[in-house]
Amino acid sequence: MDILETLKTLWESSGFHSFLIDGGWKNLVMILISCVLLYLGIKKKFEPLLLVGIAFGCLLVNLSYFGSGSTDALYHLDLWDNFLNPEHEDYHSYGAIMAHGGLLDILYIGVKAGIYPSLIFMGVGAMTDFGPLISNPKSLLLGAAAQMGVFLAFFGAVCLGFTGNEAASIGIIGGADGPTAIFLTTRLAPHLLGPIAIAAYSYMALIPMIQPPLMKLLTTKKEREVKMEQTRVVSKTEKIIFPIIVAMFVILLLPSTAPLVGCLMLGNLWRECGVTERLSDTVQNALMNIVTVFLGISVGATTAAERFLSLETIKIIVLGLTAFCFSTVGGLLVGKIMYKLSGGKINPLIGSAGVSAVPMAARVSQMEGQKANPSNFLLMHAMGPNVAGVIGSAIAAGFLLAVFK
Amino acid sequence: MFDNLLVSAAVEKAEEMSIADAGLTAVFGYAVVFIGLVILMIVLNCTGAYFKSKDAKAKAAADAEAAKKKTAAPAAVEAKPELPLAPGSAGHVKLFDVPDKEAAMIMAIVADKMQKPLNELHFISIKEVK
Repeated sequence: MDILETLKTLWESSGFHSFLIDGGWKNLVMILISCVLLYLGIKKKFEPLLLVGIAFGCLLVNLSYFGSGSTDALYHLDLWDNFLNPEHEDYHSYGAIMAHGGLLDILYIGVKAGIYPSLIFMGVGAMTDFGPLISNPKSLLLGAAAQMGVFLAFFGAVCLGFTGNEAASIGIIGGADGPTAIFLTTRLAPHLLGPIAIAAYSYMALIPMIQPPLMKLLTTKKEREVKMEQTRVVSKTEKIIFPIIVAMFVILLLPSTAPLVGCLMLGNLWRECGVTERLSDTVQNALMNIVTVFLGISVGATTAAERFLSLETIKIIVLGLTAFCFSTVGGLLVGKIMYKLSGGKINPLIGSAGVSAVPMAARVSQMEGQKANPSNFLLMHAMGPNVAGVIGSAIAAGFLLAVFK
Repeated sequence: MFDNLLVSAAVEKAEEMSIADAGLTAVFGYAVVFIGLVILMIVLNCTGAYFKSKDAKAKAAADAEAAKKKTAAPAAVEAKPELPLAPGSAGHVKLFDVPDKEAAMIMAIVADKMQKPLNELHFISIKEVK
C-alpha cells in the first residue's frame, strides 16, 4: 500500500481540498452565511422554526456539493437541471431523482411537487380563527391593498432585467407569506428558490423592525390613538360556512389557487366543524412540525454556492425588501382612507397587518397602537386584515401562476 | 374560469416581457386581487346580514316569551324578596354590563393587589368602561 498515494487520494476527496479549487471558496462563503443564519435563528429568534432548518440545510449542501458535483452530495443541482430540461431523458422524472439523488434531493421532491407549502397552509388554516374577518368583512380591503408590494416588486424586477416568471416569483415575497412564495417559485422559477425563500422568511422575521417606521411616517398620532369598537360575536354556523364559501368562490375565480386555498380552508373547516378535533389537532401540531422539518431543510438545500452567490441574489434581496415596504404602505394608505370614510372609527394601523405574516404583523399593529394610546387593544381588529392578507396573497399568487405558467 | 382569459391577455412568452407589458400585468393583477376580495366581502356581508337577522329574530322570540311569562305571573315577581345578604356582607354590589363571573374575578384581583382579605373590602359597583 502506497501510504502517500492513499493520503493524497484522501486529501483530494475531502471537502477541505475542494475549498481550494474550482470556486470552492464560494462554498466557504455560504458556510459562513449559514452560520450567520443559524445565529439569527437561535440567538435572535428570527423565525427559528424555519430559519434554523433552512440554515442547516444550507450548511449541509455547501459541505457536500462542490462546483463539479459529487457522488456523496446530499443535493445534486445537476439532477434537478436535468429534471427541468425538456431535452434530457430525465425530464420530469422523479424516478431518476429517487435513484440517483441524495437525502436532500428526495426531501426536495415535496417542495417541487408543491406538497409542503400546501400542507403548511392546511396547518395555518387549522390554527387560524377567521372570526375577526367574518365579523368585519371590510378587513378584506386591507388584505387586498397590502398586496401592492407584490405587483410593484414584480414591475421593478422586470425593469431590472428578470424574466416575467422570475419577476412574478420575486414579487410574491411582498405577500409576506413563506409557503405561497415557495409554492409559486417552484412552479415559475425553481432556480431562484433559495434566495427567494431566504428573503421571504428573513423579512417576515424582521417585520417588527421594518413596519414601525413606516407606520409612524404615514399616520398621525391622532390616527394611531383611535380606539376601535368591539365587533359582533360570530356564530359557530358562520365559522363553519366561511371556509366552504371561500374555497368555492376563490377556486372558481382562480383555479390555480386550489392547492393553497383548498388546504387552508380544509384545515379551517376541521378546526371549526367541531366533529374532527383529532384531525385538527394533528394538522396544527404533529403534521405542521413534520412538514416544517422537511420544508426548512430542503429549501436550505437549494442554496448551493454555485447558484446562490450571484448579483441576482442581491437584486432579489433588495426587491424583496421593497416589496415588503410597499405592501405595508398599501395597507396603511387604505387604512387611512377607511379612517376618513368611517369618521375616525377605524385605526389605520390595522392596515399594515394586511401583509399576511400571521400573527406577527397583527402584533406589530397592536404594539404601535398601544404605544400611542396605552388603553388601545387593536390585536383582534388587526387579525381581520392579517388573515385577509393570507387569502389576498394566495389570490395574487394564483393570478401570477395563471399568467405565467 | 379566469385562467384562460388571463393567459391570453398576458404575454405569450415570459422571456419577451416588455416594461409596458409588466406595468399592465401589475395593474391588472392588483385589480384582480381587489375585485376578488371585494366580491368575497359582499358575499360575507350578505351571509353576515342573514345570520344577524336570524339572531335578531331568535332574540325577539325569546324576549316575547319572557315578557309573556312575566305578564302571566306579575305578582310572583313583585313579591320576590331581595336576596338575603351573606353573613358579614356589607351589601350587594351593583353590576353594570359586567357578568357575575368577571365581577368575582375583578374583586379577587383587587383584594390580591391590595393584600386585604376580600371580606374586609366593600365594593359598591363595577362598571365596564367603554
